[in-house]
Amino acid sequence: MTALLEVRGICKRFRGLQAVDDVSFAVPRGGIVALIGPNGAGKTTTFNLIAGVFAPDRGSVVLDGADITGLRPDQACRAGIARTFQVVKPFGGLTVLENVMVGAFKASHDRRAAEHSALEILGRLGLADKAEVAARSLTLPERKRLEAARALATRPKILLLDEVMAGLRPVEIDAMVRTFADLSREMGLAILLTEHVMRAVMALSHHIVVLHHGQKICEGTPEVVSRDPAVLDCYLGAAPAGGA
Amino acid sequence: MRAGAALALPRRAALALALFVVAMLALPLVVNSYIVSVLVVILFASYFGQAWNIVTGFAGQLSLGHALYVGLGAYTAAALFTHWGVLPWIGMLAGVVVAGAAGALIAALSFRFRVGGVYFALLTIAFAEFTRILFDHFGWVGGASGLFLPVSSRAGADLLHLRGSPVMFYYLLLALTLGALTLTHHLLRRRIGYYWQAIREDEEAAQALGIDVFRYKVAAMALSAAMTSVGGAFLAFYENNLYPDTVFAIGRSIEIITAPIIGGLGTLFGPVLGAFVLTTLGEAMTSLSSGFELNGLKQWCYGAALLLIVALQPAGVWPWLRARLGIAEVRR
Amino acid sequence: MLYLNIIVAGLLTGAVYGLMALGLSVIFGVIRVVNFAHGEMMVVGMYAAWLIASRTGLDPIAALPLVTAGLFLLGYALQRVLINRYIARPEHEQFLLLLAVATIITASLLMGFGPDARNVQLDYAYDSYQLGPLLLDKVRVLAAAGAVLGVAALWAFFKLTRTGKAIRACADNQTGAQVVGLDVKRLYAVTFGIGAACVGAAGCLMLLLIDVQPYIATDYTLLAFIIVILGGLGSMPGALLGGLLVGVSEALSGFVVDPSLKSAFSFALLILVLLVRPQGLLGRA
Repeated sequence: MTALLEVRGICKRFRGLQAVDDVSFAVPRGGIVALIGPNGAGKTTTFNLIAGVFAPDRGSVVLDGADITGLRPDQACRAGIARTFQVVKPFGGLTVLENVMVGAFKASHDRRAAEHSALEILGRLGLADKAEVAARSLTLPERKRLEAARALATRPKILLLDEVMAGLRPVEIDAMVRTFADLSREMGLAILLTEHVMRAVMALSHHIVVLHHGQKICEGTPEVVSRDPAVLDCYLGAAPAGGA
Repeated sequence: MRAGAALALPRRAALALALFVVAMLALPLVVNSYIVSVLVVILFASYFGQAWNIVTGFAGQLSLGHALYVGLGAYTAAALFTHWGVLPWIGMLAGVVVAGAAGALIAALSFRFRVGGVYFALLTIAFAEFTRILFDHFGWVGGASGLFLPVSSRAGADLLHLRGSPVMFYYLLLALTLGALTLTHHLLRRRIGYYWQAIREDEEAAQALGIDVFRYKVAAMALSAAMTSVGGAFLAFYENNLYPDTVFAIGRSIEIITAPIIGGLGTLFGPVLGAFVLTTLGEAMTSLSSGFELNGLKQWCYGAALLLIVALQPAGVWPWLRARLGIAEVRR
Repeated sequence: MLYLNIIVAGLLTGAVYGLMALGLSVIFGVIRVVNFAHGEMMVVGMYAAWLIASRTGLDPIAALPLVTAGLFLLGYALQRVLINRYIARPEHEQFLLLLAVATIITASLLMGFGPDARNVQLDYAYDSYQLGPLLLDKVRVLAAAGAVLGVAALWAFFKLTRTGKAIRACADNQTGAQVVGLDVKRLYAVTFGIGAACVGAAGCLMLLLIDVQPYIATDYTLLAFIIVILGGLGSMPGALLGGLLVGVSEALSGFVVDPSLKSAFSFALLILVLLVRPQGLLGRA
């Protein structure tokens, strides 16, 4: 069975810096893959290349058999990519429900259907009681959930999470991990996440891809990656990472 | 009870609106002609404000050259009528096409070249000014000396040729204003309304949710321009004369935006409320200063009102009033 | 031959335009506020010079120091009291704030001076210098000389004085400037004052060339924006270059085509620049 998302040999150069250098990996249907590595490794650039923020100089991105290389972000979304932003971007002047409805309108043209869909997703993410609240008055963990809910409302084939755990307390991190694990299982949703929070990465992902200086240096299951010498050397440190 | 509510407006708001409509319908029967003419000014201001609100208040693109569309609508309808006897209603349609195309073109050019924010605002001013000067030299529509419509009797009401008393125009404009309110309310509840507001709040996030931001911004501008031009056509037939230096003037563009800002940018009733507040203020100033020759007092008050609102209550008078009256926001 | 004279006349006028636009460039380059009341401030300067000239018979050029100082204080106060709170706010709110200020200024001038055009009667209004094939109006030469001096003074201020360097530091890196202990609020106020002083000085000089009337303000605000965008927002040499270019193009288009179309040409230029190269000729992208 072919993978849902296939990234093949993408490269991106910014002026003097080769940010992403011949990176390839795949995300299987319903799978959860994490992209990790030290700062400047090229994780966010890779993310943005997939999401359509910029086009790769070389290589291709294939989603469910369709070539989505170089598509604009809105086109990528219509093809089935949904993403969250590292610095959350809520529609502050709208309510929580309206925020999610904006996402839901991609899948349903009718307002009633969009509202219904949005409410359902808010329920899954534990924000149902905040539906009528203005988005700008939410706390950070709530905003992160809203961001995810809004992306999910577009009924994507794959959800891209950009450092979604940043700034959250351990209790909140565990809750988010549970939420995404449940969502993935129930909806058959594939997830690609970039993360620094190892606690979340180890708990959530089935497969990890490690980047360093724009190149892939290792990939495999959490167990394999956390023991790989190259990975330990450049990023994780001596002790095998299995907890916080 | 949310999703199944048959009445889109909360009870209090619906009642207030109904009262307002009834009052407006009855007013010309009980007030003198001076008040009627002031009301016509208010209605023009509220209609133009509502049209402008769509592109700036809802879609978030600051346009400071909306006088362009007033002028295009006015001149198209007036010139066709004066030279070829084309009915104003047909001329109005032609004006809609011209203005809508102009708005779409300006928006498309600007956004294609990634001109946004203040630069875009300056661009809209430049287009309006350029057109003004062009029309100053456009002989077929009278150039700088102006275009004059044949004035027949001001009594009676010839709806077909839009020749008639201020009272006739009053009711026409009232219908136009209410129509604009209905259209705006309708659009806000549909996908396009949600998408516009998303673009206003955060363009990048909107794009990541599948919204073709370019298309929706151009659509907002085209609709706003088209709506404005209809008002422009009515203006031509109400005033019976057009000069490029007044119709296309930047002063008019600034006039158009003042009422919605004071009333409440991005709200449904803001432009209408703002028009009432501002015009009443202006007329009060004019009558106060008519005793002594004080040129510019009205303008000074407009400026001061704008300053106060921007400094103290940037969201406008309507949100404040709405909260005081206990009217819940119109949502979905 | 005739064309040469026209071009030179355009350059001379353009120098004054440049000084005016320089004020806008300084304000935007440092404080990042879009000053839509710029033309209005110049008109205030013009009226101030006119007032001095009509009361004391002083030539506008002699009135320069006083008007410049007065406008500096006005700008300083405006920034300190009102504009400072808007620096971090969205652009359209800044814009509207300054629009309100502009409206109030124009209306005040209208109330104070009436709508009629005012001018100064100069003894040398019809004198001219002969420089080889060129015939230069004395007023234009003096105005341009004043403008060049103003620009030079500004350059010296930013390059040589401590306050000037501090302001440049703020423009480059606001947080860094605060970290090293610079009073950013005060420096911003000084900057706005300087911008206002520039435009006030330009107003004095402009009075030598044209009549003053409350309604010309908006045209000059737009002209200042055209020049600054053409030259590059935030670039001081750019503002001067833009001023000279616009001066020449106005003079030429006024002569070749209809004089009343010269503004149309400037607006067309603005549209072109905004679409094709919004950072202008010398601005940073």
